Amino acid sequence: MLPAMSHDDDRVFKALADPTRRFLLDRLYERDGRTLTELESGLEMTRFGVMKHLRVLEDANLVVTKRQGREKLHFLNPVPIRLVHDRWIDKYTERQVKALVDLKDELEEEA
Amino acid sequence: MSTDTMVTTQVYRVYIKATPQAIWDAITKPEWTDRYGYGGTAEWEPELKPGAKYRGLTSDAMKAAGAQMGRTVPDVAVDGEVIEADPPNRLVHTWRMAMDEEMAAEGYTRLTYEIAESKGGVTKLTVTHELEGAPKLAVLLSGGLEEMGAGGGWSWVLSDLKSLLETGSAMDPDDGLNQG
Repeated sequence: MLPAMSHDDDRVFKALADPTRRFLLDRLYERDGRTLTELESGLEMTRFGVMKHLRVLEDANLVVTKRQGREKLHFLNPVPIRLVHDRWIDKYTERQVKALVDLKDELEEEA
Repeated sequence: MSTDTMVTTQVYRVYIKATPQAIWDAITKPEWTDRYGYGGTAEWEPELKPGAKYRGLTSDAMKAAGAQMGRTVPDVAVDGEVIEADPPNRLVHTWRMAMDEEMAAEGYTRLTYEIAESKGGVTKLTVTHELEGAPKLAVLLSGGLEEMGAGGGWSWVLSDLKSLLETGSAMDPDDGLNQG
């Protein structure tokens, strides 16, 4: 059985697989805490379409919303990307680095 | 416009398979705070109520990292005081980076932990850091100084906390802090 957390990773990868959603994250990276109206501008898409994309990003925990007065502000949450990095990327790059170090040791021993 | 003031706020959220109490303890108990992220022992006045003082002491790793950069690292890394405490669900306190002169000069910021039970034994932890008037600290906390060996900020801390509470051990304890 797959560990439960892999579902979280699935949602992150799926959310990131779409260029519009990456664009929305980039806009929040430039300036965080934006309203739907702000995020809509610059996208040739209906308000409903943008809301759907934001929903996917929220489900993946890549966007967190906060109410401030009557406004709903969207914040970029980088933690899931960090988790993917720490659990996946690091794991593989470490192995590559270790392989190179091992190779170096081996060659130097032979020399 | 009201949204302009919010730009300086950073929001982080992580889901952890642990009880709210375990997460509360990891934030407020010195035997836990030393085991993830930047490490260092947190000292809270015994009764967590408004006005209670808080100090985060520098860890050996921080001192070593500072020494490598040719700097003397003071004993107190961060300080502040409790604004609101509702264990194990909500903790609001002021927070100042005391170990760096320039960041210390930016003054106190406001930090809110919200801990809410979610489904299936998972707890949702939301960290909201209001960083008005603290641009240098904001860069550090968003992980902008990681390449310099200053740790990866909140995402790094929360990823590590999740690892600690779910697996019993943090990631490489020195990972992220300067190793020369």
